[in-house]
Amino acid sequence: MREVALVGVGMTKFGERWDKQLRDLFVEAGNEALKDANMGRDEVQALFVGNFSAGSFVGQEHVAPLLADYLSLKSKPAFRVESACASSGMAFNLACMAIASGMYDIVMVGGVEKMTDISAPEATSVHTKAMDAEWESFFGLTLPAAFALIARRHFVQYGTKPEQLAMVSVKNHRNATKNPLAQFQFEITVERVLASPIVSDPLHVLDCSPVTDGAAAVVLCSADIAKKYTDTPIYVLGLGVASDSIALHDRPDITTLNAVVKASRQAYNMAKIEPKDVDVAELHDSFTIAEIVSYEDLGFCEKGKGGLMIQEGETEIGGRIPVNPSGGLKARGNPIGATGIAQVVEIVKQLRGEAGKRQVSGAEIGMTQNIGGSASTCVIHVFGRQKR
Amino acid sequence: MMPKSPRIWQLAERRYRLLGSKCTACGKTSIGPRSVCPTCGSEKIETVQLPQVGAVYSYTVVHALPAEKEGYGAYIMAIVELEDGTRLTAEIVDCEPEDVKIGMPVELAFRMLGQESEHGIIYYGYKFRPIIAQAHTKQG
Repeated sequence: MREVALVGVGMTKFGERWDKQLRDLFVEAGNEALKDANMGRDEVQALFVGNFSAGSFVGQEHVAPLLADYLSLKSKPAFRVESACASSGMAFNLACMAIASGMYDIVMVGGVEKMTDISAPEATSVHTKAMDAEWESFFGLTLPAAFALIARRHFVQYGTKPEQLAMVSVKNHRNATKNPLAQFQFEITVERVLASPIVSDPLHVLDCSPVTDGAAAVVLCSADIAKKYTDTPIYVLGLGVASDSIALHDRPDITTLNAVVKASRQAYNMAKIEPKDVDVAELHDSFTIAEIVSYEDLGFCEKGKGGLMIQEGETEIGGRIPVNPSGGLKARGNPIGATGIAQVVEIVKQLRGEAGKRQVSGAEIGMTQNIGGSASTCVIHVFGRQKR
Repeated sequence: MMPKSPRIWQLAERRYRLLGSKCTACGKTSIGPRSVCPTCGSEKIETVQLPQVGAVYSYTVVHALPAEKEGYGAYIMAIVELEDGTRLTAEIVDCEPEDVKIGMPVELAFRMLGQESEHGIIYYGYKFRPIIAQAHTKQG
């Protein structure tokens, strides 16, 4: 297999983007990625786009050719990938395979979601489509409720506390104050999280990632031509993807996200690293409990000790394994289809040393973890400043 | 709008009577029809009557309602583990949010689940409620 390198990244400001349409957001991110790669648009051979539900959010399906059209990629192949919140993480995985296989030498991978054109209850309904429509959503389960069920079991089995969940949100908000593209650039406190309205108990509003508009894009190429475009290519060292039951109730222990365990081991093995070698990680904190369970299932700490890990500050910038220096889904924002690539953009900036006030010093190896639905899909990528 | 009725009647009996799938090769049971066992891959699946009693495995009180439940008010959602170990997702009714607990014994309650539209078909199926009568209480 050929090695894959990242040579350009681009991302819009995340937030309530009343000023832009879905296509405008994507074109802005795509143009920035091309400029960052010092590359003409004609050099791009294919486009991979992650998008969850443009049909539900803005009444538009078939977004891949639309976005290729508006980016003036002419008649180039354009693929859309849907895997709920992991849509663009999955698009990235496929794009890497397309380059590794020799099918293409240069591709763009992006993600986009425009979520604020519909009401909050309508958005909640769209989110439920990431779960089992006939055996979960039909009976009234929502996506936050699914993670609340996980949180409740985690409390009982491991003694995790609501305050520890809140600390995830506090950390991610603090990091986002240093990210000019983040949706929420303000600090919060544990008390404020616990006093915020309940979404699905024990999860409060400030335990949940927001509704966001935004897009992100990166340019990938075969590693042997990367230096033509940049002095600081970032290399893809490991890839992992796994799936799990669509319905949460079909898992033997809902406090372990098996897709996360499996995908991460694939990626670590491919990259020939162990969890302790990770210098910086962007994890899928769609809900605070998800970040805590992910610490455990990624092997950053022992099973059941995720609450302790956040409490002891181990995942702060400057801690043992800094997690979500960008602000994460919680505070950077979670435009569903764009999230996986937004994570990649952050890791590339961290490894290039371009992350400004949120820079993790000396970061050599970074990883992303993107999950879909109640972790029925998990996608992991491992990146490095040096080739394998 | 596409009629949803076929989607509803295909699964109606299973939702009304709590019928499940059982793999005759490994014994794994599931709510909902399956033609391949998710555990062992066998295609020898039979439809079985699932137990109508069980206990709450995990629960949450949903306050942020999806659009379909507008005006419904906060409600309890749970994963219920039936007596034979089969798990399913259901609303817990006839119970105050502060009274629901993990391990609480519950039994099947046949209820209305929703409506397609103001004049559309009504969906029915299972919810669960606490077992009140002593005679029904599961020991242990």
